[in-house]
Amino acid sequence: MEHLDRLENISIHIIRESYANFKNLGMLWSIGKDSTVLLWLTRKAFFGHVPFPLIHIDTKYKIPEMAEYRDRLTKEWGINMMVGINEESLANRETFPDGNVDRITCCKNLKTKALKTTLNGEGPRYVFNHEAGKYEIDKSEEPFNAIILGIRSDEEGSRSKERYFSPRNIENEWNISDQPPEFWNQFKTDFAPGTHLRIHPLLDWTELNIWEYIKKENIPTVSLYYDNGEGKRYRSLGCHPCTFPVASDAKTVDEIIEELKSGKFSKIAERSGRAQDKDDCGGLETLRKSGYM
Amino acid sequence: MNQEKFPLVFAGHVDHGKSTIIGRLLIESGNLPDGKLEAIRSYCKKNSRPFEYAFLIDALKDEQAQGITIDTARVFFSTENRDFVIIDAPGHIEFLKNMVTGASRAEAAFLVIAADEGVQENSRRHGYVLSILGIRQIVVLVNKMDLVNYSQDCFYKIKADFEQFLSEIGITPSGFVPVSGKDGANIYKNSPLTGWYKDKTVYKFLEQFEMKKPDRDLPFRMFLSDIYKFTEMNDSRRIYAGTVSSGSLYKEDEVLFLPSNKKSRIKSIESFNTAELKHVSAGMATGFTLNEQIYATRGELIVKTGEKQPIVSKYFKAAVFWLGKKPLNRNEEFIIKTGTSKTSLKLIKINKLIDTSTLKSMTGDAVNRYEAAECIFETGRPIAFDSVDINQETGRFVIVHDYEIQGGGIILDSVNNEHIRKSEKEIFMVITDKCPDLNKTEELKHARIISIKENDFVEVLDFMKEKGLIKK
Repeated sequence: MEHLDRLENISIHIIRESYANFKNLGMLWSIGKDSTVLLWLTRKAFFGHVPFPLIHIDTKYKIPEMAEYRDRLTKEWGINMMVGINEESLANRETFPDGNVDRITCCKNLKTKALKTTLNGEGPRYVFNHEAGKYEIDKSEEPFNAIILGIRSDEEGSRSKERYFSPRNIENEWNISDQPPEFWNQFKTDFAPGTHLRIHPLLDWTELNIWEYIKKENIPTVSLYYDNGEGKRYRSLGCHPCTFPVASDAKTVDEIIEELKSGKFSKIAERSGRAQDKDDCGGLETLRKSGYM
Repeated sequence: MNQEKFPLVFAGHVDHGKSTIIGRLLIESGNLPDGKLEAIRSYCKKNSRPFEYAFLIDALKDEQAQGITIDTARVFFSTENRDFVIIDAPGHIEFLKNMVTGASRAEAAFLVIAADEGVQENSRRHGYVLSILGIRQIVVLVNKMDLVNYSQDCFYKIKADFEQFLSEIGITPSGFVPVSGKDGANIYKNSPLTGWYKDKTVYKFLEQFEMKKPDRDLPFRMFLSDIYKFTEMNDSRRIYAGTVSSGSLYKEDEVLFLPSNKKSRIKSIESFNTAELKHVSAGMATGFTLNEQIYATRGELIVKTGEKQPIVSKYFKAAVFWLGKKPLNRNEEFIIKTGTSKTSLKLIKINKLIDTSTLKSMTGDAVNRYEAAECIFETGRPIAFDSVDINQETGRFVIVHDYEIQGGGIILDSVNNEHIRKSEKEIFMVITDKCPDLNKTEELKHARIISIKENDFVEVLDFMKEKGLIKK
């Protein structure tokens, strides 16, 4: 079996196990390449269907093209789409671009907090109404008790220590030093009331695997990943004030694969264009312990 | 393109230098991303700590502060011929469950032993865990040779010592290598400091490990994950989904669901974004439709008629390794998960209790944390399984209690039903003989549990006394 096939099968198995074990399940879709691969694997796992909501945490500082792409696929693939926003912090201008807080606090406000209130149902959530063709406020306040995320262990140190099924307490906090064991393909699927689970089907994938799979399956990706003639492209997508394009003239998936395999990026970390990592002493551990993806 | 990534674990006692060897390996083979080494060096300088290779791996702040690996970390690594995922497992006893997690995913293991300290508790314990997990390719690295002046005697003494231990748990290591993480001896290149050692370096061993092939030649086994019927977009398919544990399945094959014993024939193999599939085999997450709709539930084992059948029983004998803070005992009810099946579990009897740090047999009626045991179990309802020597995937299980996985085990054998019935009868006779005025219905109610202890009538009688069935 080819390596990509093996990765695909393990990920599908994990996604199906999540669906079988958890009633209030959702999947985070950041619009980036990893979570889009995750969405594709979900369609594979359920033979063309996406049987749970996809959640997008919108910081309102995302690059505009991302929302257009999100809504196009939502319609095409019949996705049950939910968007969560921390409107309070935005209204109070508690953000880095407003100049009122540092990058780390901005991430905490617009991502970690927004994620928390979206998952527990307290914050404002918008769901896409396919008949009306627009987003409407979500009247249900039902919380999610398990979410699937597209993080990979090769991204940064703390992510390399993740479990496929990782429990978080009610505050979304992660206790790194006391994680459940995973024997063979048996995971933690039972949990006490009040905790919730984060599920990571892509842990064993690398950035290169993601691109090879995008090529193999012909998965549509947002055009920001490709050079449009200006000699730069995004390698990792985030908010525009903190994510910077890299110098590259890769215009196609094939050229990106080449660049990662033997070209200029074969030895440069993917998140080198993400400023919040540097502000967290070169890693994301502080952010992730308190609930960051 | 797209070759396999070989999963490899480094195990061993705390502070015997696993992370240091990995750090060395990454640097000498040119596998470090630009800037990583500099970042760690500047971190060390800023925090007035001497630089250590281990910091490359122990990227978590807690770990850097304490200087030990807490959790399993994955590191990607390539040689000229293949790619690896290196799993660095913690050697501290407190983090044994993390070691299990890491080693569970590995195809091969390096077991690291420090030359100055020799074989320690967790060297043995990790060896035992590797054997239960079914990892067969094991290379022992005798590290910190610099601390014993690269002494040949010291190396061979440890080798003899540990070889003996490994043979007792059924492991034949692929080799022993004298190394120094600090000096880099025999890691990437053979070192002149150990002129007496002519065998392979760590790097060479790496390249020779073999990936286990999915078990396509074994009988077909697939645990049912779910049955999907998504009616949206006019989809009328009723799909039985799961991951194939072993063997292959073709269109038209007749399948049997166990333990419900329902039969049907494969109508189609379903997939998304591929050409029509005629067959699927071990390792594939798949789904199929059936000619005749049957009612089945998650957890059933799907097999093919006409192939060797698994065992369906409520009783089995297994080797377990216990991680739970609370012991595995006979008073409580546990949950067993094998494949996607889940049911209640009771410990019936401990045949043998083992201290995994010494391999010494112990006595006791419960299995405590980090102990291993050979036990007889009874499940709440019958489950379908194979013994682990016939099929690894369907011969493994975990035990859950208080929402946590508390231990893992491998099924050694079924406990024969005939045998149970026969001994029930025998015991019944013994009991009636000894206690003619005993209430016979009560007695029968307990006969099944008692029967497991057929070899020990004294124990049976004690049990009867305990239950108030016999006057003391």
